[in-house]
Amino acid sequence: MNYLIKQASILGGDKQDVLIKDGVIAQIGAVEAAEGVQVIDAANLVLLPGLVDTHTHLREPGREDAETVETGTRAAAKGGYTAVHAMANSTPVADTAGVVEQVYELGRQAGWVDVRPVGAVTVGLAGKQLSEIGAMADSRAAVKMFSDDGICVFDPLLMRRALEYVKAFDGVIAQHAQEPRLTEGAQMNEGEVSSILGLPGWPAVAEESIIARDVLLAEHVGARLHVCHVSTAGSVEIIRWAKARGIQVTAEVTPHHLLLTDEKVRTFDPVFKVNPPLRREEDVMALRAGVADGTIDVIGTDHAPHPSEAKECEWGAAAMGMTGLETALSIVQHTLVDTGLLGWEDVARITSTVPAQIGRVADQGRPIAVGEPANLTLLDPAARWIVDPSAMATKGRNSPFAGMELPGSVRATFFHGHPTVLDGELATPRRVDA
Amino acid sequence: MKHLLSTADLSREEAIQILDIAGEMRETGTRVVKKLPALRGRTVVNLFFEDSTRTRISFEAAAKRLSADVINFSAKGSSVSKGESLKDTAQTLLAIGADAVVIRHPDSGAPARLAATDWIDLPIINAGDGTHEHPTQALLDAFTLRRQLALRNGTAPTGLGLDGLKVAIVGDILHSRVARSNLWLLNTLGAEVTMVAPPTLLPVGAGSWPCKISYDLDAVIEEGVDALMMLRVQGERMKAAYFPNPREYSRYWGLDDARLGALDAAGAETLIMHPGPMNRGLEISSAAADSPRSTVLDQVTNGVAVRMASLYMLLSGDLI
Repeated sequence: MNYLIKQASILGGDKQDVLIKDGVIAQIGAVEAAEGVQVIDAANLVLLPGLVDTHTHLREPGREDAETVETGTRAAAKGGYTAVHAMANSTPVADTAGVVEQVYELGRQAGWVDVRPVGAVTVGLAGKQLSEIGAMADSRAAVKMFSDDGICVFDPLLMRRALEYVKAFDGVIAQHAQEPRLTEGAQMNEGEVSSILGLPGWPAVAEESIIARDVLLAEHVGARLHVCHVSTAGSVEIIRWAKARGIQVTAEVTPHHLLLTDEKVRTFDPVFKVNPPLRREEDVMALRAGVADGTIDVIGTDHAPHPSEAKECEWGAAAMGMTGLETALSIVQHTLVDTGLLGWEDVARITSTVPAQIGRVADQGRPIAVGEPANLTLLDPAARWIVDPSAMATKGRNSPFAGMELPGSVRATFFHGHPTVLDGELATPRRVDA
Repeated sequence: MKHLLSTADLSREEAIQILDIAGEMRETGTRVVKKLPALRGRTVVNLFFEDSTRTRISFEAAAKRLSADVINFSAKGSSVSKGESLKDTAQTLLAIGADAVVIRHPDSGAPARLAATDWIDLPIINAGDGTHEHPTQALLDAFTLRRQLALRNGTAPTGLGLDGLKVAIVGDILHSRVARSNLWLLNTLGAEVTMVAPPTLLPVGAGSWPCKISYDLDAVIEEGVDALMMLRVQGERMKAAYFPNPREYSRYWGLDDARLGALDAAGAETLIMHPGPMNRGLEISSAAADSPRSTVLDQVTNGVAVRMASLYMLLSGDLI
């Protein structure tokens, strides 16, 4: 089937028609509807390149009660994504070619988005010995991003070696920056609110000191470093300094860190428990400014679904993490576009173009131009909707935005020319073998 | 008042009302027949996920003096140690027929979570949660202070706050739920609070608290203080580098004989308080603990009265 998107505002600019034929963008301009072409009225919609997530937990293999590749990628498609990076902390850990190929294959069969497995930096995320990075890079999954996400690669020598070693495979180390000794038992951001709630604090310096060390290591060995889920004002400053020095560092921020603060923890509702923790209002504002001035390169959801029992408990016993794929674009609009900090071209850059470049994802994050693969997202920026976790495609019900009214609704997602979402609802997956 | 979770939730009016009712309850404790029929037929569950003999028996005595039935549920040896969730435990208690839950839990916020969820719809009394709050301890401390001052002035305590009173809370503020509950309640009642501790045992963020902060116990004593609340210093703190060793802690932040002597020499009327159990020789010397200034046992007695008042207010209807 071929599709004609009528009168879409491309990257928020002029209204044009876009013809999708055989999975690629065939024509842009004034295009007449022809037989056998499904017309999609996009008169009030913004056309963006399909979103690429640098940071998704799909939970499979091992925690299929929390999420599967199928349900997680459905959620991604519904959120406007056409590719996700699946984090390595599955069971077994994605530290061998076998596991990353399994995840890659599950993604391919599901057909909702491109699933790019992330390989573990160290065997079993144990921080002792490098995983078979080469084998994963050369596998069918073609892994380019390596991360022990959830756990910091703390040993400075091991981190140095990892940064050096991945250069041979054009890889990048995505670091979860968390000094382990400074965060033993930590439950929330350390500051005024934690002092009142009596929850063990998670100091900003535990994140910032690792980032400072890692950018210097990356400079020393001339390697690429990606900093996952930056959450503090100090981290933004360090990364800004590193970039000014010419260090090859990219940084990611989650949607929830762009909106929510540790004031939410006063409810003791573990839906707000996340790693890194929600920080202060000053941090939220610094993160937004960091995105606006280009210090922070990309939005990564850190989509972390959990079964309800992992959150239906007291704060200390609860799992860390929040879902985010189906709310990300709305939060980006709410915090960055509607505030006047970014335009839609910038949104395309931080949600698609640069994420695809960091992960070296072919055919994703491409310009909206004739001959390019039709990975596209149509957004209605004027729509408003109330977040209802029970209506989501993810298995996780742990959305911190539940009950909030948000702007921006994904109306359609095209994955290699196939509509995975139409009229705001999940359509069908793209079957490669059919 | 639906629950008693944090002293920060109490208005001055509510706090004084609890103290006034506790005053009446305390009087009944001096009678030969100590029992009141107020909560006959009601069941109070003491749900203790953390070892505590003193607080549990104080709540038990309080409930029994109000003629309530008491069920003691201790997490050790129960299904909780086999992995049962707080939700299931709470719902089991509801099914058994509990009318109120007194909960102590090692996690900050666990009582608030029980109160906020739809797991159970019962009055919840926080008997100490993690390093968050211990509101009945603060109420009994305020009650003790108010009563001692009234005795000294030959007046009745009823209806009074603690306006202008200077209280120093000394010790492991960082890990103390007693300190936090006292901070809010003492402020609500008009007292001036100073937190005294080594910097390692003060939370980052305490600068925003409505109190003074000092590292110097001698200076605070010299300035003059109406009460010194000494906090227990737990053994495990020594291993985590909060201070070099117990002797050094005691030298700088303990209420030792020299500091007791300084109070006496200055002719101060300073009261010495401690929530118990005490580490004699560490945060408080034996001479200080046993001196006429000490209210330690009075606090225990008043604890029963304050807990009677709390149970009574939560279970026999709103008085405010």
